Amino acid sequence: MIRFDKVNKWYGPQLKVLNEVTAEVKKGEVVVVCGPSGSGKTTLIRTINRLEPIDSGSITVNGTDAHSSKNNVNTLRRDIGFVFQQFNLFPHMSVLNNITLAPRKLRGMSRAAAEEKARELLDRVGLADKAEAYPAQLSGGQSQRVAIARSLAMDPPIILFDEPTSALDPEMVGEVLAVMKGLATTGITMMCVTHEMGFARDVADRVWFLDKGNLLEDAKPDEFFSNPTHPRAQRFLADLRH
Amino acid sequence: MGYEFDFSSVLTDQYIDWLISGVRITLLLTAGAWIIAFVIAVVLAVLRATNFRPAVWLVAVFVEVHQNIPLLVQVLFWYFAMPELLPEAWRDWLVRNNSEFILAMIAIAMCTAAYMSEALRSGLRAVPVTQYEAGRSFGFNYLQTMSYIVVPQALRLSVPPMVNHSLLLFKNTSIAMAIGVHELTYQTRQIDSDTFRTFEVFLVATGLYLVLSFIIMFVGNLIERRFSMGTR
Repeated sequence: MIRFDKVNKWYGPQLKVLNEVTAEVKKGEVVVVCGPSGSGKTTLIRTINRLEPIDSGSITVNGTDAHSSKNNVNTLRRDIGFVFQQFNLFPHMSVLNNITLAPRKLRGMSRAAAEEKARELLDRVGLADKAEAYPAQLSGGQSQRVAIARSLAMDPPIILFDEPTSALDPEMVGEVLAVMKGLATTGITMMCVTHEMGFARDVADRVWFLDKGNLLEDAKPDEFFSNPTHPRAQRFLADLRH
Repeated sequence: MGYEFDFSSVLTDQYIDWLISGVRITLLLTAGAWIIAFVIAVVLAVLRATNFRPAVWLVAVFVEVHQNIPLLVQVLFWYFAMPELLPEAWRDWLVRNNSEFILAMIAIAMCTAAYMSEALRSGLRAVPVTQYEAGRSFGFNYLQTMSYIVVPQALRLSVPPMVNHSLLLFKNTSIAMAIGVHELTYQTRQIDSDTFRTFEVFLVATGLYLVLSFIIMFVGNLIERRFSMGTR
């Protein structure tokens, strides 16, 4: 579904953020990307829908070359949901309009159909009563759940999460993770950058460990947590336990 | 204090007619200049946002020139100097069609546009880049992202300064009297020189300006509330 092939990226001439990353996310898989800060996790996930350009290598998403200038980037992005750390809800629109905007304008869905679907999605994330609310009236956890519903409104086969719980107060992390766990069982392909190792252990099919732009581990969660092969990953996990 | 107030001599039918026609011209001048100023301001703000060097530079010059020359000078310039540059047919047309009003309207509009474009520009800059990014991540192209997501927020953020500039524009229309536009201040002076009841007639004019200012502020407030982003 998503294939990275020798992906390289620099920030300026000195800093290499992605180094020969080669890996694959299979259809329906849940992959958790972890690693210390500055390791390139966020950059990696942002290259998939071309929010970040790459310098060499290729990324194939659902059979199309994501970074080829021949392929329309907007068409590509319609099929990839993206959930940001800071939610990025549109503050001038109600929750309902936040969710219906893309399907109405990009898929030509009627307002009635889009709203019906939006209400179903809100129900799914436990916020059926917030349809008319504005983003400023929501808590962080509620905002992030709306953002997830908003991404799902386009029916993407793939959804990407960039540290979806990092901006949340601790007591709100659970409600967002619960929604994500529910989502993982639906067969959607998920990739998630996160520091929530509990989520990785329970939900992920594979865990990727990144350090200084190198993909050091690509393992099943139980292997990764009980028996990481790379010393850097061992140290990372040891630090987490403190 | 031997002054005796005498409002009856300034509030005769004839003078009331003059005042009403003054208010009418003041409002027409305000409305006309506002529309022109807003359109130009949007164009200037968009040009400036393109980051295309010559366009940015041109807009910057326009803004600096209009913000740093007294409005009275700009009005006089438009009235006395600009027509000289026009073809004769245009000049004749202007003279036949109330050239004072039209040129005063353009001069005030240009000056206000400079200020308004800065208000809109700061609105655009106040929308976080992440909003643009979120729009693009759905597959909206540049124009769609700007028109559905960025510009609506920028406009909302610029409502308070835009209301201020509208109010200033309204008050600045009084400068048009310098080139003989029969707006409220002009009519007030006329009544004054007819009656010598200076205090009374200016008190009436003050009252009229205040009422109109309050109406503009009230409307601005309504707009602000209608379009606030639920952050109160």
